[in-house]
Amino acid sequence: MIHFQGKNKASKPFGDFSGRPHRFVADSDTSAIYSGRRKVVVVFIMTCMAALVGRAFDLQVLNNQFLKEQGDMRHVSDVSVSAYRGMIKDRNGAPLAISTPVESIWMNPQQIEPGKESEIRQMEMLLNLPKGKIDELIKGDAHRQFAYIARQINPVVADQVKALKLAGIYFEREFKRFYPAGEVSSHLIGFTDIDDVGQAGLEFGYEKSLKGIPGSKRVIRDGQRRIIEDVENIKEPVAGRNLDLSIDQRIQYLAYRELQLAVNQHKAKSAALVVLDAKSGEILAAVNQPSFNPNTRKGLKESLYRNRAITDVFEPGSTVKPFVVAAALDGRYVKPDEVFETHGFLQVGNHLVKDVHNYGTLDLTGVLKKSSNVAVSQMALRMPPEYFWGIYHKLGLGVAAGSGFPGEANGSLLDYQSWHEFDRATLSFGYGVSTSALQLARAYTALADDGILHSVSLLRRDEDVDQQRVFSAKTAKRVRAMMETVLMKDGTAYEGRVDGYSAAGKTGTVKKAGAGGYVEKSYFSVFAGMAPAKNPRLITVVMIDEPSAGQYYGGIVSAPVFSKVMAGALRVLEVAPDQQDNMPILLTRQGS
Amino acid sequence: MKTETRSEQFHPPSLIGNVLRKLHIDIPLFIGLLLISLLSFVILYSAGSQDMDVLMRQAARVGLAFLLMTALAHVDPYQFKRYSALLFSFGILLLIAVLILGQFGKGAQRWLDLGVFRFQPSEMIKITTPMMIAWYLAEHALPPKPKQLLIAGILIIIPTLLIAKQPDLGTALLVASSGAAVLFFAGLSWRFMLAICTILAGLTPILWHFMRPYQRDRVLTFLNPEADPLGRGYHIIQSKIAIGSGGIYGKGWLGSTQSELDFLPESSTDFIFAVFAEEFGLFGCVSLLTLYLLIISRCLYIASQAQDTYSRLLAGSLAFTFFVYVFVNIGMVIGVLPVVGVPLPLISYGGTSIVTLLAGFGILMSIHTHKKFLPHS
Repeated sequence: MIHFQGKNKASKPFGDFSGRPHRFVADSDTSAIYSGRRKVVVVFIMTCMAALVGRAFDLQVLNNQFLKEQGDMRHVSDVSVSAYRGMIKDRNGAPLAISTPVESIWMNPQQIEPGKESEIRQMEMLLNLPKGKIDELIKGDAHRQFAYIARQINPVVADQVKALKLAGIYFEREFKRFYPAGEVSSHLIGFTDIDDVGQAGLEFGYEKSLKGIPGSKRVIRDGQRRIIEDVENIKEPVAGRNLDLSIDQRIQYLAYRELQLAVNQHKAKSAALVVLDAKSGEILAAVNQPSFNPNTRKGLKESLYRNRAITDVFEPGSTVKPFVVAAALDGRYVKPDEVFETHGFLQVGNHLVKDVHNYGTLDLTGVLKKSSNVAVSQMALRMPPEYFWGIYHKLGLGVAAGSGFPGEANGSLLDYQSWHEFDRATLSFGYGVSTSALQLARAYTALADDGILHSVSLLRRDEDVDQQRVFSAKTAKRVRAMMETVLMKDGTAYEGRVDGYSAAGKTGTVKKAGAGGYVEKSYFSVFAGMAPAKNPRLITVVMIDEPSAGQYYGGIVSAPVFSKVMAGALRVLEVAPDQQDNMPILLTRQGS
Repeated sequence: MKTETRSEQFHPPSLIGNVLRKLHIDIPLFIGLLLISLLSFVILYSAGSQDMDVLMRQAARVGLAFLLMTALAHVDPYQFKRYSALLFSFGILLLIAVLILGQFGKGAQRWLDLGVFRFQPSEMIKITTPMMIAWYLAEHALPPKPKQLLIAGILIIIPTLLIAKQPDLGTALLVASSGAAVLFFAGLSWRFMLAICTILAGLTPILWHFMRPYQRDRVLTFLNPEADPLGRGYHIIQSKIAIGSGGIYGKGWLGSTQSELDFLPESSTDFIFAVFAEEFGLFGCVSLLTLYLLIISRCLYIASQAQDTYSRLLAGSLAFTFFVYVFVNIGMVIGVLPVVGVPLPLISYGGTSIVTLLAGFGILMSIHTHKKFLPHS
């Protein structure tokens, strides 16, 4: 260390800016002070530097492994890869529900840069969002790192948003469900929610097999959570299984159109229609009114979603009468050529069973043709309750139809032990028992397939392995022949005759039960039938709830729907016409 | 250190010595600064996502700063002393101007827009404050008496508060410490220092009361970064991870995943040390700290060789402030100090701090190369 001499200081040419008289300061003193202080400073600096090195050693050597893992955790992550949801198709492969790739847009509000107002406005325009909506989302919660801006966006629009190159905006590939059949099959197919999870109908019922198994992959992300690089696939996603329905979309369209026309014409509250394959029990069509478009569901009422044909029950009324006749014949409680004196009414205990008119003397065919309550009551009262109940029970009344549709109705049938005498009578003309349209159609398979009751299915199948004989073939054929007369000129449902085909069926006009009894002038108009009558291929049940445009008889309101659906469906299925009398003119000309 | 400079001190000036003397450049200091600037480009290239534009802009600034340094080295230290008070007052006026103009702007207002270029008065104050204090104390017998201490204290507090109000805690800290360093080198009594420390400790709750919410957050975050790992603790945690994952030898140049993938915020400015540590490991850290230490030592040596009180105090303060700069930045990045916005001197991206720093080194070179009396023992 060099010490300067005081005299040097004195002779320095440095002046004084302040202009005050120069005060003598011993520079040797300050130099000595400095040298002492410098030692302290050097020690202090060395200590601090040593602390920094110690800390670096702590992080880079002692905690190296842990921090390395932490670092990897931040940029290597496993993400789930959504599986393609299975398609729902009709029996001919026509798509009823398909998944299309879409983009969802989300943002990290923390990363939105200020001063990008015009880009944000542009994004709002592209996404059809109200002006200022995104600012609202950003301000919504200051600490949030994730907020959806728009979901299920057309990939083309998403690309336009991508081109704005805004920081903090991210894109996610998702799938959106699309329903090509729209409202025609919406009750049956149901729908998924925005997360692609089934919420109703078959989408809900078969969620597990449709959904598939999501896969996962390892990716490298950057600090903005953007995926920079795919490292490896850990697990391939397993696509969901396709669902091949028994539904024939062509018949479904036809049935939907006719049912909608009838509902509009008769100002009905609701309606349901089921078409069954008489040989296999497959459900070829199940349509409902009112309906909804599953592709644009916003703001719809839940009641629109109900698949009434399968989940709603009604009292079947006269449509069960053929079963009573068949049961009585099979059990030999009536003779095939027996006649009934009806008188228009029948006293059962304290109650009266009435017919619409006094039909006088009726043979078995006449009983069904005129739909006499009195005659079927007489038959029912002859049968032991246990036997009568057994037939209804075997036919599936009061038992779920087994289609696998979620929320399927059971209907109701009281146990015979609690039956009173009058119950036995009313049950024979369809009061005191309730069924869905599907259950009723299923019961009709026992008449259509020569006594064999089929199970029903919404999935396509080659044969029915769960069938059961209820009536003898002879009885079934005999009753079918009687039911043909219902559709003839003086039957209750002449309107239900099918162009080109023989058909058999039964009407039902059922007073609706309300609180405290049956409601006047409030009816279910029902028609159940099959065609061709000789060897039925199809069974159709039409149920129209509260027609209020004047007409309410099943034969007037529902039978015409049956007629048109049957004629169309049989042609679609290329079933050869078996009836020349009521062939459409066009066809007869062609034939000649 | 002494061996490096002995020849200069004791041998008659050679031709080269004469040329260097004319240039007024201190060779060891110049080499140290040059080395660290070159290192800065190497790290910036990696931290700035290998953007040549970033590098070119920084090169222009560094070039300008070196020119300023050389220019200042040519100025006689007497001139610095002479204009100390004037420059200091001017700086204070600018700070006030910035503060008033800031009322019309939003948030932090640190810049004075002079049309052609933007100027940050607080940077200038970093140098003029120690000049002012050194000038004031050099006028009186040392060690300073209580009255001088009080005045010096006020002279330090005025710019400190003005800058803290901007708010720029980091710079305020550096300004305060540069002034305090002058007092310390001037022989401030230990007892007095103890008293000041006690008072400051007592003032902490009051200081806390006047802190901005974000400043409080920084202190709380420093105390417990894991409390809010995604929010305010993010910086510290990420930089610790980056440094720690470097290990002993580092991941190699351009091998920093944490900054490359944008996990490390402000990776080319305040947190550039983390990138450096990740890529060059413990070896790199120790080398860099050694390089800084060599520069600081040279500065302290220059101070010890100064021929008058003013120069000595100023040189000592500039040396110490440079150390504080290094320590506060690395300490913050490495997680031993709270986060204050101080760049890593001579390495972080950004022009103002480099210009000020090299201006300081220019003054140091001026002090060292303008000695009028070559002593001969």
